[in-house]
This record gives sequence, structure tokens and C-alpha cells, in this order.
Amino acid sequence: MYVISAIFSLTLLGLFLGFLLAIAGKYLKVESSPIVDELESLLPGSQCGQCGFPGCRPAAEALAEGKAPATICPPGGSALANQIAALLGLDLDLSEVKEPELLVARVSEATCTGCTRCFKVCPTDAIIGAPKQIHVVVADACIACKKCVDVCPTECLQMHPIEVTLRSWRWAKPVLPETGNALC
Amino acid sequence: MLSFFKKPLIRGGVHAEEHKAATATQAIVYNFPLPKKLYIPLQQHVGKPAEPLIRVGDKVLKGQLLAYSQGVISAPVHAPSSGIILDVNDYPAPHPSALPIRMIVLETDGKDKWITTEVPIDPFLLEPEDISLRVGAAGIVGLGGATFPTAVKLNMGRDNHVDTLIINGSECEPYLSCDDRLMQERAEEIIDGVRLMLHGMRSEKAVVAIEDNKPQAYLAMHTAALPYPTIQVIQIPTRYPMGWDRQLIRYVTGKEVPVGCRSSEIGVTIHNVGTAYAVHKAIRHGQPLLSRVITVAGGAVKRPMNIEVPLGTLISELFNFCEVNTETTARIVMGGPMMGESLPHSGLPTVKATSGILALTASELKNTEEQPCIRCAACVSVCPAGLRPLDMANNIRVNQLDAAVDIGLKDCISCGCCSYICPSNIPLVQYFKYASGEVMARQQAQHKAEQNKRLMDARNARMERIAQQQREEEQARLAAKAERERLKAAEQEVVA
Repeated sequence: MYVISAIFSLTLLGLFLGFLLAIAGKYLKVESSPIVDELESLLPGSQCGQCGFPGCRPAAEALAEGKAPATICPPGGSALANQIAALLGLDLDLSEVKEPELLVARVSEATCTGCTRCFKVCPTDAIIGAPKQIHVVVADACIACKKCVDVCPTECLQMHPIEVTLRSWRWAKPVLPETGNALC
Repeated sequence: MLSFFKKPLIRGGVHAEEHKAATATQAIVYNFPLPKKLYIPLQQHVGKPAEPLIRVGDKVLKGQLLAYSQGVISAPVHAPSSGIILDVNDYPAPHPSALPIRMIVLETDGKDKWITTEVPIDPFLLEPEDISLRVGAAGIVGLGGATFPTAVKLNMGRDNHVDTLIINGSECEPYLSCDDRLMQERAEEIIDGVRLMLHGMRSEKAVVAIEDNKPQAYLAMHTAALPYPTIQVIQIPTRYPMGWDRQLIRYVTGKEVPVGCRSSEIGVTIHNVGTAYAVHKAIRHGQPLLSRVITVAGGAVKRPMNIEVPLGTLISELFNFCEVNTETTARIVMGGPMMGESLPHSGLPTVKATSGILALTASELKNTEEQPCIRCAACVSVCPAGLRPLDMANNIRVNQLDAAVDIGLKDCISCGCCSYICPSNIPLVQYFKYASGEVMARQQAQHKAEQNKRLMDARNARMERIAQQQREEEQARLAAKAERERLKAAEQEVVA
């Protein structure tokens, strides 16, 4: 008799909890993994596609699923790779990471026709201009996505390396001597 | 027995060979021939660069304002002599990179004609705020090397009700003796400057701290300060980096400045003796900061001396005067050998921060052949900031900068004690300088990324808004068209 009541009550309990879970699954559903959102906020967000994914969101999804290495983002360099590895708890091999070359777009005033095409594609509104006026790039806001270079009909927009100034100059890392490979 | 449990007043530090005798025993030289051209950088201080208000071709008098200070933390720049402005353009800065910064080039006319200055009859009747204003207008910055605008510091001292003013006469760097000579020869003027600063900060007490390797300077200052009970002159042990503000404050007052705080927050402000002298000249004689005493020393210098030169004098001219042998010069250093910066060549101007110019021979430089670390922990015991240099360097070598920051990289003052003491010649402080710069660069990059993301979001939102607007307009247009057609149809119906 006890066996039957135990089976009966446990079945009821199971059904009830299963029903609760089904409701929770329907109404409290998480749209996407929070880790993906966090990863996406770390990535530059310029949707440049250099990683091989169509944008930063798909790249973040691949990272969260473990399908992409922490060093996936070329513009982010080693600093971003470090952040991603810390977030995902990965071991990081930085030897393969190249620091991104810092570039900035600049308008050659001699050949700019004021066609307005470049500032329409600039994702950060870094180009200022008006029709038939020479355009100019706000260097601080330029993210070097090169979209303006692609649309410029006169090739007056070119990428230039950022000049080192007294403010941005840094000491170089001391180089280890050939023989002294023992750590201090 | 209780003294056993007392915290030591001096932490770490080294006692390097002094090399001061060559310059400390002879009087300051004042007859430096006026250079033909002066190169005056617009930024010789911490903060924003000054903004020029003269034009090329203008005639200026000695002491005339050339560039005004911009913003709260900044300092103006004055003409060190009379002459004509030749150029305002980018020239190599006195910095290890010698990258260009904006400078005013002044061609001197040799007359050295002063601008008329206004001098208060009794500066102690002036309001303390007025003292700060005059000090700020004279372009005075911390002459110990930090070049923080002095007026800002006086204001902070007043706002925080600072009770103790420490005058730093320690001059702990080897080779340098400019402060030593200044204290010996200009003791009364310095003490007057200290009194003016006390008045400017509404403070009660000043302590002049002089290292005990400068007995004559101590004697001169002690004698000059005798009439004033508010000013106390004390001797402190000779140990580099005694002149570091936190070390000095701990020794003199026994208080420790907390990490991330300014010394004024615990009621102490610290100024250099050279700054006190400059304050005296600015208030008593209305003279802005136009020149300073510089120690020229080192193995390659035939006539080492302390010499007063106008700001903007090229180092090469200074070297000519002091007969520096350019062939045996292995390294030119601006400042002291411990914290000074090596310069690539001598075609660079002297600035407000230049306390010394050293021309060192190869034999004076340290053997730089690096050996593996033997874990002797000598660097730990000499670190005045209480850090573990060997562990930090280890982290930095393998690019773990965050780990280095966690164990105190940001508290490193780059005093160089660790590199000096290391028996394996490991360039420890060089690692920390690299890492600090790199950490700063990363922070800036992150800040830029955040800003860019904000710009992108703003643009996306705007694009969305415009698209929405267009859709609405299109709908309104279609609705209007339908309405017109309906009316037309109705009209035709009526006509029919």
C-alpha cells in the first residue's frame, strides 16, 4: 500500500515541478547568453570583419562557444586578448599576437572634391564636411576602419601611421641579453 | 626597548658616491655670456602648455610675458632677456626622445633691458590670495624637478589648512650641488621666500630640511632663520632618495601620506629651496622666473661649476662655457644621475626643471651586462616605496602588466635604487618605466575605444531616427495622396 502511495505522490510532484519548469522556460527565457553580451562589449564594435566573422556579435558568440581563440580580434591587440582570456578563464599565448599598427585617415586637401561620400560611411562621424567643401578627419575619433578609403573617388583619403609625439612617446621594453634566459 | 617597536623613519634608499665636491666648493658663476638665441618651450611645467600672445617679429623686453597660462594647472612663460621674436615653432625638446614641441625662439639684442615692474612696499600686508596670484603670474614652478605650478600648490595648502611647510634642501642626487650653493650664498633671500610662502598659505610653521653632508648650507640657513621662530632648520641623514616628498614628510613629521593622496591632505606641503628663492625674487623684486642655477658636472667637464643661466639657453653653449670634452662624453644627462634623463644630443634648451646637466664619461657609466637574478632581494631592501622590484620585473618580462600593477607598479617612483643596487645589473627601473608607459597607453586606448563606441551608438541611433522619420513621411504622403484622390472622386461624383 505504501509503495503505491509513494509512487503516486512522487509522480504528482514530478508532474507539478515539470509543469513549473515548462512555464519558467517559456516566460523567463534568457534571450542570449550574458557572456556573449559581455564579450561583445569588450570587442571594438566597428564590425570590421578582420576576424573572419561578419561582425563583432558573431565573433563574441564564437568566443563564448570556444570556437575561436582569445586572440581573435586583430585591432584589439594583446590588450584585448588579455581581457578576453581573463573573462573566459583561458590560458593565453601572446607570441602570435601582433600589436595593431596605429593608423589614422587623412584627407589630402589638394584632391578632395567635397563629394560627401566619405562622411556618410564613417561609423564614428569622424569626418566633417559639407558638399563641395574640403572634408577633414577628426583624428581622435578615427578608428582606422578604412571604410572612407574604399568610397573616396579621388583617392584623397589615405591611411597614415600615427605620428609619435612627446605625449605619446613611451620607453621601450628592455631587451634580454642572448645568454641570460633565466628569469630574475 | 620601546624604540624597537617604532616604525623606521627612513625606508630603503642607497648611499651613492656623491661626486659633489667639484662644484659644491666654488661660488655660483654669474657671468655666463648672454646667448644669441634662446629657445623657450611653451611647456616647462606639469599641466597644459602656455599659449603664446606674441607674434614673430615682435620686440620684447626682459621679463615680458610671452605666453599666458591656460587652465587651472599651467604656468606662463616670460622673456629671459630683451630682443626680437624670431620664430614660434616646433623644436626638439629636452627629453630622451628629443621629439619636437612648441618653442618661442628669441634673438637677444644684448641690452638685457628690463620691463618696468611693480613691487609691493610690504608684501606681508598683501592678502594671501594675492601672493598666490603674483607667484602664478611669475611663472614659478617647483624647481626641484617636478615642475608643478607653485601657485596651485599654495592655493591647495590654504584650502586644506596646511600647518607645516617643509622646505626641501636635501638635494640627495649625486653630482648636483645647485641648491647647496644657493643655500650658502642666498640664505636670507630663501628664508624670506619661505616667510612669504607661509603668509601665502596662512600656515604657521616651516621646517627647512638639509642633508647632513651640507654643513655649510645648514649653518648659513640656520643663521638666517634665527630671527624667525616659525622657521626651523634641521639636518637629516644623507640617504638617497631623501628628497622624495613622502620620504621627507615621513622623516620630518612622522606621518605617512596615504596612497593616492596629496601631501596637503595630511596637512603638509613641500617646496624646494630654489622655489623659495624664486618666490622671494617674484614678490620682493617683481621678477618672473627667467633664469636658474644649474650644476654642470661630470667626468667630461673640464670646468665643473654651478652657473646661473637664462632659461632657454642651449646645452651646447653651456658646454662650451664649461669646456666639456665632447669626445669623451659618453652620455649627457639632464638632472641627477639617478632620476635624470639622458639626452641624445646637446642642441636642446635648458628649462625650469633643469637642475643639472651632466656630461659623463664611459668609466662613470655602469657596466650594463645583464646577468641572471640571484634572488638576493637587495632591490627589495632598498626600495623606498616598499615594493618588490624583482617580482614586478618578472611579471613585466612575460607581459603580465596587470599582475605587476597588482603588486604596486603604480607606486613606483622610478628612483632607480633597485637598478643601482642590483649585483646582476638587471635594468629594473627601466622595466618599470616601460610598464608604466604601457599601462598608461592601454588605459588611453581603452578610453578611446569607449568614446568611439559612444560615437557609433549615437550615429546608429541617429540613422535609425532618420529612417523612422522617412517612413513616417512616406506614410503621411501616401495618406495625403489617398485623401486627395478620395476628394477628387467625391467631387466628380457631385459634378456628375
